[in-house]
Order: sequence, then structure tokens, then C-alpha cells
Amino acid sequence: MRSTERTVPVLTAEGLTKTHGRTEALRGASVELRAGEILAVSGASGSGKSTLLHCLAGITRPDGGSVVYAGQRLDTLPEKRLSELRRTEFGVLFQFGQLIPELTALDNVALPLMLAGISRGAAHVRAYEWLERFGVRGQSELRPGEMSGGQAQRVALARALVTEPKVVFADEPTGALDSLASEDVMTALTHTVREAGTAVLLITHDAQVAAYADREVELRDGTVLVPSDAQAMEVVR
Amino acid sequence: MIAMSTRHILLGLLAGGPSHGYDLKRRHDERFPQARPLAYGQVYTTLQRLVRDGLAEIDGTDSDGGPERTLYRSTDEGAKELLGWTGEITPPAPFVTNEIFAKVVCTILASADPADYLASQRTAHMARMRELTAVKTAPGTDLATVLSADYALNHLDADLRWMTTTAARLGTLTAEVHTA
Repeated sequence: MRSTERTVPVLTAEGLTKTHGRTEALRGASVELRAGEILAVSGASGSGKSTLLHCLAGITRPDGGSVVYAGQRLDTLPEKRLSELRRTEFGVLFQFGQLIPELTALDNVALPLMLAGISRGAAHVRAYEWLERFGVRGQSELRPGEMSGGQAQRVALARALVTEPKVVFADEPTGALDSLASEDVMTALTHTVREAGTAVLLITHDAQVAAYADREVELRDGTVLVPSDAQAMEVVR
Repeated sequence: MIAMSTRHILLGLLAGGPSHGYDLKRRHDERFPQARPLAYGQVYTTLQRLVRDGLAEIDGTDSDGGPERTLYRSTDEGAKELLGWTGEITPPAPFVTNEIFAKVVCTILASADPADYLASQRTAHMARMRELTAVKTAPGTDLATVLSADYALNHLDADLRWMTTTAARLGTLTAEVHTA
């Protein structure tokens, strides 16, 4: 992807507010995800990181503000259309993979394709390719409980990317892994999305994970802080 | 590039008001317990150089019942020099925490808020960590390069954790520095 294309916003949130009971999780959060970039959102526990991801991915509707993806408002989109969009354009990766425990790795990865109307046979062929790509083809017949944490997260990564989404939302994707497994998952994720030009919103409290991103913003008390890094760049470059 | 030196630390200690060499040495050793204790000779030589360079000046003498001691105070130029040093980002490299800590304390001594400095320093650390991550994950990188990058990344990460905790405790630290 050319550097000029990286300046085009693919997903824009303005002034998001969201309250859970008495807790204000988001208090006017604004953020822009640009085409083909990996954007890390860091912040302390309880700063509203996961709520922000849920609002941007159309999983939760914000109480106020707007979320615009490819020219359409997600926060007001009918549920049926939103669900279709999540299935076809977005990929989601959580801390604990959230694979379906009763299904094999192969069926877990094939599932999003089958939900999109692709036949079981064709879905399996593509699922095998993605498992191979992430080095877990040998685990294709295992269920999530029979795999290591790192293997399960690679399967979850294959499931998030098998539909070749435009945007991937990753919520603490290595939070449950040791440092080597974490490095494997992050390297596999970043190489794949950079090759495909996929934008990634990466939620993490781990600086070493955030360092895989192109840019970092910090969420504090439900609002987004964008660091001014002019002086820092002078030192580093 | 302004290097970390005893002169900046002494200017920081003088930011609160005039002081003499013995007192500056004692306060330095108490305030920066991880640093090597200052030798008296080093304190007096540095004070004389600060006066020579117009960053400090003699503010009379104080005997306090004992031997007569020369009091020094910071000049406006000295305050400007201190501000320049405390605001300048430390090059992100392993084992830089002591210098960052010294800048935070000197900023508080000069009655300023180190939060902006800590935020800028964090950004510089993250930028360096992104560079190191790109190096170690580039296709075909040899293991020695990966391990070397990992070493630096882990130390920078430790600095970052320290900065995050310090930023969250600035209120208490400020109160402590001002009452000590």
C-alpha cells in the first residue's frame, strides 16, 4: 500500500458516548482508522478500550456520537444490515479466541464462509489454506480444548481473516499468551494484513504489542488522546 | 544535545532557593539515592563553573553558628538552562530511567508539572520500539538480531511501565518533593 493511501480514513468515530449502568465508559471519544494502517489503542484497565472497539465494530450501539464506515453510519444502521456488514467486511479477534468449543479448528475457520453462503466443501478448502498459512494445519481436526493457547489463537486469527475483511478488530489478541506465542501471533497478523492492505484496530495495554502498530492513541477516562510526537521523532530518527 | 550532568542537578536543587555546597551535596544524596554520592570537591567545582557561565551567582554568606559558607542561587539564565534540560526527551535506550527520574524531580523542584514531559518521553520510547519491532520481524532477520532487538525492547518496556506508574503518582511525588 502506498503511503498516501494510508491517509484515507476507512472508519471514523466522532464524540462517542456510552454508559454501562452508572459508569460512563466513553465520554466523547473520537478516533480515525485509516486504510491499511494498524492503529493501537492503549489505556489502563477500565479506560473504555473494549467499549470503543465494540462501538466501532457495530457490536454495541453508542448512546451518542457517530460511527461512519465507508460512507455509512453504523450507529443508525438496521440490525440486519449491520450483521451482514460484520460478517462480510469485519473480522474480530478476542483475547480468548472465542472459538466454538464443539467444532474442530477446520470447522471453526470454515464457519464464517458457510454463513456467507459458501458451500461446506469450498469453505473447507479455503479454511485449510488459512490454517496452513498460520502453521496450524496439523491441528485442523482438533477442538479448541485440545490445542495450546498459541495454536488456538492462530486458529482464531485464521477465522478472523478467512473472509478477507476490510477491517480487523483485535481486542487484547495476545493477552492470554506467553511472550513467544504472542510474538508468533502478532507477526502472523501484521504480515498478513500488511500484505492485504487490511486496516486493524488493535486494543492492547501491552507496549510491546502496540509497537507492532503504525500509530498509537491512548484512551483515558473515556476520551482519546493523540500523542504529539514531533519532538520524539527528532530524537529517534 | 544537552547531556545529563551534575550542573543540571545542582540547578534543579537551587530552583527552590539559595543554598550552600554542603547542603546541596546532602540534598542530592538524599533525593537521588540510586545515583553515586557527590564528592564535595565536585560540588564546589561545578558551582564555580555555574557562576563562571552566568547560570548561578553568589548570594552572600551564611555562618549559622559554624564556619562561614558561601550561598549560591540560580540566575534567570540558570532557570532557562534547567527548563531546557528537563523538557528535552532522553534518547530512548536501555537503562535511561535514572535520567528520566532526575528530570521529573528537577521539574517538580522548579515548580513545574512533569506530566507533559513524561507523555512526550513515552511517545519517543514507543517510536523506538516500533523501529525495533520492524527490524526483528522483517523477513529473513537472523536470530542474533532478533535477540538483540528483544533485549532493547524489554528494557524500553520496563522504562515505559515505570513512566506509567510515575505519571499516575505525580501528585504524591510532588507533595513529597516539596515537603522534604
